[in-house]
Amino acid sequence: MSGLLSLVLWIPVAGMIALLAAPREQVRTIRIVALAVTLADFLASVWAAAAFDFSRAGTFQLGEQAPWIPSLGVTYHLAVDGLSLPLVLLTTLLTVLCVIYSWRVDLRPKEYMILFLLLETGMLGVFLALDFFLFYVFWEVSLIPMYFIIGIWGGPRRVYAAIKFFLYTLVGSLAMLLAILIVYFHSSPRTFDMVALFQQKPLAADLHLGILAFWGFFLGFAIKVPMFPFHTWLPDAHVEAPTAGSVLLAAVLLKLGTYGFVRIVLPLLPNAFHALAWMVAVLATIAAVYGALVAMAQTDLKKLVAYSSVNHMGYVMLGVAAAAAAEGQPALRNAAVIALNGATMQMLAHGVITGALFFLVGVIYDYRAHTRGVNDFGGLWERLPVYTGLTMLAMLASLGLPGLMGFVAEFSIFLGAYQIYPGLTVVALTGVVITVAFFLWTIYRIFWGPPNARWAGLPDLDGREAWTLAPLTALMIAIGVYPAPLVGAINAAMLGILNLVR
Amino acid sequence: MDLRPLLPEVTIGLLALGLLVLDLVVTPEDKRLVGWTAIAGLAVALLPSAVVVGGGHRYLAIYDTYAVDPFAGFFKIVAIVSAILVIAAAMEFFRDHPTAHEGDIYVLIVFMVLGLAAMAAAADLIVLFLAIEWVSLISYVLAGSLKADRKSSEAGVKYFFYGAAASAVMLYGFTYLYGAAGSTNIYMLGGRLATAQPAFLVVAVVLILAGFGFKISAVPFHQWTPDVYEGAPTPIVAFLSVASKAAGFAALVRVLYVALPPGAWVGIVAALAAISMTLGNLLALSQTNIKRMLAYSSIAHAGYMLIGVVAVSAVPGVLGSGMSALLFYLPAYVFTNVGAFTVAIAVARATGTDAIAGYAGLSRRSPFAATAMGAFMLALTGIPPTALFWGKVFLFGAAIQTGFLWLAIVGILNTVVSLYYYVGVIRAMWQMPLPADAAPAAGAPAVTAPIETPLLRGVLAVTTAGALLPGFFPDTLVRLAQAASLLLKP
Repeated sequence: MSGLLSLVLWIPVAGMIALLAAPREQVRTIRIVALAVTLADFLASVWAAAAFDFSRAGTFQLGEQAPWIPSLGVTYHLAVDGLSLPLVLLTTLLTVLCVIYSWRVDLRPKEYMILFLLLETGMLGVFLALDFFLFYVFWEVSLIPMYFIIGIWGGPRRVYAAIKFFLYTLVGSLAMLLAILIVYFHSSPRTFDMVALFQQKPLAADLHLGILAFWGFFLGFAIKVPMFPFHTWLPDAHVEAPTAGSVLLAAVLLKLGTYGFVRIVLPLLPNAFHALAWMVAVLATIAAVYGALVAMAQTDLKKLVAYSSVNHMGYVMLGVAAAAAAEGQPALRNAAVIALNGATMQMLAHGVITGALFFLVGVIYDYRAHTRGVNDFGGLWERLPVYTGLTMLAMLASLGLPGLMGFVAEFSIFLGAYQIYPGLTVVALTGVVITVAFFLWTIYRIFWGPPNARWAGLPDLDGREAWTLAPLTALMIAIGVYPAPLVGAINAAMLGILNLVR
Repeated sequence: MDLRPLLPEVTIGLLALGLLVLDLVVTPEDKRLVGWTAIAGLAVALLPSAVVVGGGHRYLAIYDTYAVDPFAGFFKIVAIVSAILVIAAAMEFFRDHPTAHEGDIYVLIVFMVLGLAAMAAAADLIVLFLAIEWVSLISYVLAGSLKADRKSSEAGVKYFFYGAAASAVMLYGFTYLYGAAGSTNIYMLGGRLATAQPAFLVVAVVLILAGFGFKISAVPFHQWTPDVYEGAPTPIVAFLSVASKAAGFAALVRVLYVALPPGAWVGIVAALAAISMTLGNLLALSQTNIKRMLAYSSIAHAGYMLIGVVAVSAVPGVLGSGMSALLFYLPAYVFTNVGAFTVAIAVARATGTDAIAGYAGLSRRSPFAATAMGAFMLALTGIPPTALFWGKVFLFGAAIQTGFLWLAIVGILNTVVSLYYYVGVIRAMWQMPLPADAAPAAGAPAVTAPIETPLLRGVLAVTTAGALLPGFFPDTLVRLAQAASLLLKP
């Protein structure tokens, strides 16, 4: 059915307008409306998935195209493939969970929910758009609500963290805007349509110009990912953001960057990316190792998870860079597909696992201990058995335990990347070792050891928290045990993208 | 002589004369009647201006001294719309700043619109100079119109001295052109200056730019801006910041594009653009007064708009032509900036201060005004989906297309800098609590009454729509800008 993706995209905005009209005292109504809207949107996205033909996951489906700014040739062009559809589902699911988790937010609940709905549309728009300007507008739209979410509901240093987040990402997005314009002015016939531009590859003949445009896109996406050395906004933003904000930031907003590399840079500027893949790979490896080392040194649980994100996104970028480096070498094509599959899987795995981890940090910090110091706890498993189980599961998934979602992803990345960048892959693998070490150490410090009497009165998970975490836990296990359908869809999409590259 | 092409000017002139008489007969309490009549009359004058834009005719009238083309018609509309919005906001402003001259101020604004129209259409250096002086003299009076307020008087005097000097230098520059070409007609100059000594032309351009730079408040002719913006009555500042600037750009574009070969001025104007953006934004960072901050922001925006002047392109498409980009940017800037000043008027009414700190907690007190102000600030930064976002895209696109990639990069770096101070206002409105004296005392009713009056609310609704709607649906304004970029060429 055409119009399905528009439905997915605009339901949150419709809900937002409804909430704008709601009186601010009706807190309960506001929450229920927000939940209903996000649930409806999730169901709409599931419906889209049902309408999606997985046997042709490498092609764009459910497409919609209508003129938006005819005088510029900008169109309203939406479609999904095996790359964007899982990310859309991840987004709609996590937004529902965020609303459930945020039920107890009492500070300005009306504005809070409005901003989350706006954020949802912004994120979905980035994944759905196939026109550069549509893409860019949604890219920026997702920025503003997050600024307010950090800036109003954040921790003590929220003012600083919010403006830092905004400034960093704006630098990147403006650089990307320049790159988009450069690509546009060299296309013939001139167009902003991504699919047409992927086929045209306007800058393929001019490597210098291609590299210039590459830097524009690179800045835009690398800051969002964030890649070393652009990651410094991330710990601040994550630590200061309210729990639901951290969740969406980690689970979805970071993916906008890696998605950009796979969706846009790889097929649009293959030569330039090929020429600079070594640099991206080196930075990714540094991020993987450095992120893990810094995470190990953290005593703030939220910062620890934030730096582990730097490390995990490093793996993703290593996989993407490896695929770019393999361009033009048929012998390495298989390896490139495997690495790229792993990178995309890792985007999803990181979304699910780190989303869960930030929820879990929030559970203990927001409503129970009001501290996130890793060393402040000890022996929590006696008091909070369910909480302990879920946290351990998520941490083990994050460190890549076989049978859980993270393993499939990391294994594919390293399997593919090793054939292309053996040295760097070996270095990056030390990141895995460090990750295992610090997660196990963290589990030990929080849950085992002598019980800290201070926490004797803490209650275990309540129903709402359990509902927030159950779907994510189920996904971690289900996809970890039986990844084949998801991998199949992703594989088809990656083949499609690599076909565009040649 | 055929007066039909001058219908907008005739309408506005008659309106101004009529208002003079009306002002004499109404009692001091009813001066708003003058304001409302002015608004109604200006709205009528919109019609013939729109006809000029839509007609697409291009010719010279009144012994070849006055151009009739869509370009001029477009700027007449810009001036009229700004005046309507500003007069509406001024009627609220003068409730708190009672002055015996309230009626005169409305009359002067209408007279100034006449001068602005003439600036956009002048095809002869003498007519142009007269138009600029006409506008300037009225501006000085308006800036100093709160006679009891020392800062306002200071603003008027300062503005006058700077303006007089700038005009003199510009007139001196005009004599160079006359000396080289033997004519004051801009369209005659075009052919004759092509063979003139380049160095000679550069001197003339530098001198002329002093006058235009003053009007559009570009660096290094900007020093008057912060003081005048701070001291002058807020609605007058709003008017100067959009209408006067727009007309300055209109005259600048006509003189540079028609009379002078690009080689003589492109480099200089590009440098001015870069310096204006950079200096304006850097100086805005440390401002604590909203009007001074908007003054430096206005300097920076003059820099962005100068990119549009620099990017001369033979291609008429909106993406790639600096002129179309400029013409898209200006109306967007009018709505956004007038809107921001309108919020400043509303806040000053409630708090009695123009300090940005006075915006603390505005989102609680007056969500509508705060949301509108937030939108204006993001728009001035150039965040989508606002009209000014597209304006910036078009300006930067034109720069790239005409080989000024470096200027686009400077513009982008400046945009990032500007975010910091624009967000400063948003931070105050949303992230700072209401100040203690405004917060409700125990038992007292909460301060929830919106700070804006119905009229200000109406102005805000219009300006917000003008600042946002073209962001969602830019097509109409794009087509208008394209139609209006039909400048009469020799």
